[in-house]
Amino acid sequence: MNLFDIIGPIMVGPSSSHTAGACKIGNVARRLFGEEIKSAEVFFMGSFSSTGKGHGTDKAIIAGLLGMAVDDIEIPDSFEIAEKRGMKFSIKTGNEDIEGKPNIARMNLVGVNGKKMTILGASVGGGRIEILEIDGVETSFSAESPTLIIQNEDKPGYVAEVAPILVNEHVNIATMQLHRKKRGTVAVMVIECDQEISVSCIAALRALPGVLEVTYLSMM
Amino acid sequence: MYNSLSQIIKEEKVKKIPFWKVVQLDDCHEEELTEDESMAKVLELYTAMKESVANYDAKTKSRSALVGGNGGKVEERNKKHEMLCGDFMGSVIEKALKIAESNACMKRIVASPTAGSCGVVPAVLISLQERDGFSDEKMCEALYVAAGIGGVIAAKASISGAADGCQAEIGSASAMAAGAAVYLYGGAGADISNAAALALKNLLGLACDPVAGLVEVPCVKRNVIGATNAITSADLTLAGIKSRIPADEVFEAMHQIGKNMNVGIKETAEGGLATTKTGLKITEAIREAD
Repeated sequence: MNLFDIIGPIMVGPSSSHTAGACKIGNVARRLFGEEIKSAEVFFMGSFSSTGKGHGTDKAIIAGLLGMAVDDIEIPDSFEIAEKRGMKFSIKTGNEDIEGKPNIARMNLVGVNGKKMTILGASVGGGRIEILEIDGVETSFSAESPTLIIQNEDKPGYVAEVAPILVNEHVNIATMQLHRKKRGTVAVMVIECDQEISVSCIAALRALPGVLEVTYLSMM
Repeated sequence: MYNSLSQIIKEEKVKKIPFWKVVQLDDCHEEELTEDESMAKVLELYTAMKESVANYDAKTKSRSALVGGNGGKVEERNKKHEMLCGDFMGSVIEKALKIAESNACMKRIVASPTAGSCGVVPAVLISLQERDGFSDEKMCEALYVAAGIGGVIAAKASISGAADGCQAEIGSASAMAAGAAVYLYGGAGADISNAAALALKNLLGLACDPVAGLVEVPCVKRNVIGATNAITSADLTLAGIKSRIPADEVFEAMHQIGKNMNVGIKETAEGGLATTKTGLKITEAIREAD
């Protein structure tokens, strides 16, 4: 916690976990997705579904998926704005249960160019969030710092190939997690960095043989 | 972040810098910010607090329709100078209601320390600025003081209703506002700490029992008691009245009480006001409307 967690964030009310947190989950999902969303299917679980409406959780997550930040005064009007922009959405109650995470949302996204992605996010209090899953691969990051998500074939040596590219960019790695769906299929590296990563660096990572997809979450 | 107010007071004496500066420097170090960058961010927060009062609309209701319009009612009474507690306290009450209602109505506020308690610190600080014409820079210094107190409470106990009940939200906000107010009138660390102790002692044990789980009943009106209690605690301190229990120990007591609280009165809407006959009736009506 820092000073601006005590006073702040500047946010649209009424709840840091149910409104600001939900908006941030949507916003981070939109940025991870990387293209305009054509349709979004949202599932709320836990107290997001039981007390969500009164906290504007539904409006907040749609606002986030439209790219709004937690202090955007248009959050309450997000449904109308989605309609105007042609983003279709549905909000349902899901039945997933994750221990210790009372507020979770799953988003199945389809982009204007046909891209698809499913993201599971949790609001963990005070407006902070955690991304728990991307396309079926377990993750755990807060989206508070520039984050690289690299999907690659599950074979030895990828960490050793990725690290020098970041070193050349003078990027300091704050945390690094390795996950995989199943042995020998797809592995995922989640790298939280202290600095922003350049477009050319991301291109270099994408060009590595065996790298299937690179997603970058910028803080800019 | 510091783990005790006594630690901040020690730094204040050793380094011969004011309380707010100790808090600022510590945060600059942690977040790799310059003092100017940090001050600019705090000014942004204070400006947003003032806007949250100015943008109040008495005609707006929350989605449940339980909240809205009360800030306007107090404003009317204030305009006629009819408030029993006087114009200044009337202004504090009015602002606390306006900000907390705006929060319930999905308007922009500054969580301080939480969204549910967002009316307390700004109602106190903005009213004092209007009363005595402090500069915005001075107000930002007071916000550092508030944040320093809140940071210690978060470290020693928590600022979450789900963890320690409403005492941790409205109680913490009140302690933060009381310390900040005392700073504006020349108080140093020991006085700031005293005001925080006096304020929180009055709100120990406060349950978090929101009707239907919404940040509305009783949250909005509790912002009023948090704010007025901060002013009285500041006044007691400035009159030279000492808290017999030091602030750091009051924070620990709050945590102890929070641990002993039943989970039904920690934001779950399963106890207290939430499960009164009327509370349940309201909850039922909201569910049906959805």
